[in-house]
Amino acid sequence: MKHQYDVIIVGAGLAGLRAAVEIGKDAHVAVLTKVFATRSHSGAAQGGIGAALGNEEEDHCEWHMFDTVKGSDYLGDQDAIEILANDAPRAIYELENLGVPFNRTSEGKIAQRAFGGHTRNYGEAPVKRACYAATRTGRVILDTLWEQSLQRGIEFFDEFQMLSLIGQDGQCCGVVAYELSTGKLHTFHCKAVMLATGGAGKIYKTTSNAFASTGDGMAIAYRAGAPLEDMEFVQFHPTGIYKLGILISEAARGEGGILLNNEGERFMERYAPVIKDLAPRDMISRCMLEEMRAGRGIDGKDYFHLSLTHLGEDVIEKKLAEITSFARTYAGVDPVKEPIPVQPTCHYMMGGIATDADGRVIVDEQNTPFAGLYAAGECACVSVHGANRLGCNALLDTLVFGRRAGMALKAFNQSVARPKLPAKPEKNDADTIQALMNSTGKETSGPIRAELQESMMENVSVFRQKDSLNTALAKIAQLKKRYQNLSIQDKGNCFNRDLLDAIELGHLLDLAEVITRGALHREESRGAHSREDFPERDDKTFLAHTLARYDAVKGPQIFTKPVTLTKFEPKERTY
Amino acid sequence: MQCHFTVYRFNPQADKKPRYHEYRIDAEPTDKILDCLNKIRWEQDATLAFRSSCAHGICGSDALMINGRVELACQKLVRDFKTGNNFVIEPLPLFEVVKDLIVDLEPFFEKYRQVQPYLKPGKNDSDKEFIQQAENQEFIEPALRCILCASCTAGCPINRANPDYLGPAALLRAFRYIFDSRDSITEERLERIDTEDGIWGCKTMWWCTEVCPKEIPITKCLGQIKRAVKQKDKGG
Ligand SMILES: Cc1cc2nc3c(=O)[nH]c(=O)nc-3n(C[C@H](O)[C@H](O)[C@H](O)COP(=O)(O)OP(=O)(O)OC[C@H]3O[C@@H](n4cnc5c(N)ncnc54)[C@H](O)[C@@H]3O)c2cc1C
Ligand code: SF4
Ligand code: FES
Repeated sequence: MKHQYDVIIVGAGLAGLRAAVEIGKDAHVAVLTKVFATRSHSGAAQGGIGAALGNEEEDHCEWHMFDTVKGSDYLGDQDAIEILANDAPRAIYELENLGVPFNRTSEGKIAQRAFGGHTRNYGEAPVKRACYAATRTGRVILDTLWEQSLQRGIEFFDEFQMLSLIGQDGQCCGVVAYELSTGKLHTFHCKAVMLATGGAGKIYKTTSNAFASTGDGMAIAYRAGAPLEDMEFVQFHPTGIYKLGILISEAARGEGGILLNNEGERFMERYAPVIKDLAPRDMISRCMLEEMRAGRGIDGKDYFHLSLTHLGEDVIEKKLAEITSFARTYAGVDPVKEPIPVQPTCHYMMGGIATDADGRVIVDEQNTPFAGLYAAGECACVSVHGANRLGCNALLDTLVFGRRAGMALKAFNQSVARPKLPAKPEKNDADTIQALMNSTGKETSGPIRAELQESMMENVSVFRQKDSLNTALAKIAQLKKRYQNLSIQDKGNCFNRDLLDAIELGHLLDLAEVITRGALHREESRGAHSREDFPERDDKTFLAHTLARYDAVKGPQIFTKPVTLTKFEPKERTY
Repeated sequence: MQCHFTVYRFNPQADKKPRYHEYRIDAEPTDKILDCLNKIRWEQDATLAFRSSCAHGICGSDALMINGRVELACQKLVRDFKTGNNFVIEPLPLFEVVKDLIVDLEPFFEKYRQVQPYLKPGKNDSDKEFIQQAENQEFIEPALRCILCASCTAGCPINRANPDYLGPAALLRAFRYIFDSRDSITEERLERIDTEDGIWGCKTMWWCTEVCPKEIPITKCLGQIKRAVKQKDKGG
């Protein structure tokens, strides 16, 4: 089936919806999403969204900018970070005016709380910058933006999965998508496509991410020629529930929770004397692993205690509602009375499809745009998070740059005609599906995926070194070979998860390879990327973005792009 | 330990009528029911269809029936059941089955759209946020926990008898906007649902409250709406 629009947005998380709301009736737009819009993973965001409103105490956008630059270990582009921090208050007031039900101060203003790495006066002490709705901040924003989209009459294609991008005359002009309920292929012909497909946490065994977080947009854009930027920077959040990876938001520490080792010691005091348990995530995750190696994990194992008991029932039940129920349901502990067992969990991709600050996908170090292709949110890399993202900045990123992409799309739509559709745009995907369905190979996706996730967890997580990275690369190559022998058990065409699992696994394999190649290339330690064989940051050689270009034969081709520095010179990063 | 799953299977395109399929799997007491379903799909039967995404009770994808009760598969663990490790898994009632455990929720969302689920703001004199009292935000807070899983509506006996009844989830969303101090069309909202298929469809059966996986006091919230409608009718 063929459809015609001006703009196709792929993804109905906050980034996609914010762009859709921006475009509204100014262009003929449709949103495709593989899970029903309100099931998007943005809904899982708990703790808050950062903006220097100063509702609780003095705060300034420039402080926010500085914290983000420092948090990024100086790899974030400072021009883009300045946009993020300066636009944040506007973005929050706008959300509030659209109906987002934030928690309130006693004066009826938006309430704010402390979050990791957010400080007053360039690092003096934690500052209350996170706007929140209990621990369901992402959910209420997602619901509000979805409802705003309904009100504006935006068309949704729910449970439609993008398989590939269509290009003609050097311009992206459409999407091929698979309809989950019928197995039919649809061609969406348009002037521009925006990718807002979210993260790829499913590359790792332990993750806070949803089943849908398989990096489809990143992998599909990469194969279409868009370079991926800074993929080696993968955030491990320090407080996932032990063995499950379900997130216990940093808000728990923002409200005063503390991390304890097996001696009952608040160990972060030793590593970050000023902001302690509110140090950035890369640092706390590293400290946890070091404590573990020193035999100070709980019961000598690989987890720690997150203690909230001193906060009192009222704070725990009211301000940390969701995570309290997660601890009770899944870990069987009551945070009012006992500590929660936690360990680092794969949480966020700092890297992604390289874009400029208006959501345009770029193809080289000169920022040459990929005509007709846009991206924002977790699948994109502007870069505002550099080597390590601060809590509360991801939601902000989706809103600020989702809106900017929306504005750029409107202008682009005015300026170009719709390119002709190439002949048989869905043929490639139809052939791939046919081949998979007819294959008599001996492999299935489950074991390949599990082995990939385990190898990445073991070799390419918080600490890395040359040998472990090479082990992972060899494993990925071997799994890619086995992938060629994949067959599909489900021969039906209605909600054929087996087929979609296989397609998504192809994306995970490609992205794992890019992450590992980038990590090998970067012979230094910066932010979330810690090379045990290169423990220092090396600004002389590596104060640069890693870009990876697809090459079907040779694998990812790495090149670099300088970091934009404006206000803040790189300094040693202590907290 | 060994668990025994009896799972509803139906593919309307191919099957004349639904059937039940038996699976035996090894599971831990701490495994979620969703983990068990995944295990069945990954290790035994790739054709089993169900929805899931977040796997921790926040996206609302996997509401279904476990041993005759509406539940979220990702929010119930094997150890939560006292049925000797025997589980019967069926799709949500009320809605049409698309395949196996997947139902067509379009009628559910259609009701939702009917209640004008968006803020119609009054005038904000400031260029910043609306001032809203913390008590007001807390009053609507229960409704903010809703994840649109459709359990309540599927479990409501009135909905089964009267397909036109808006149902608890849509009415709960109406509650959220009716009582939001920033909204400007409270009267209109109340009028819209002041009907037998609207708020008066609710006969205070409490089933919705009973099944809601987010423990929202839905029936109470609907009671607040009824009170507000009566007030309005008295002209007060
Ligand atoms: C548990 C958790 C808690 C978090 N808490 C916070 C927090 O407190 N503060 C903060 O700032 N950040 C937080 N984050 C990070 C933040 O939530 C995410 O980075 C952000 O929401 C991503 O939004 P997005 O719009 O880019 O993508 P998502 O919300 O992930 O949406 C992706 C969309 O793309 C669609 N999609 C994907 N692939 C395809 C395809 N092939 N075809 C069609 N559609 C597709 C999906 O259906 C979905 O609609 C948290 C993350 C997690 C996991
Ligand atoms: S009110 Fe409860 S049961 Fe009903 S849709 Fe919302 S979360 Fe689900
Ligand atoms: S999978 Fe999201 S609620 Fe169960």
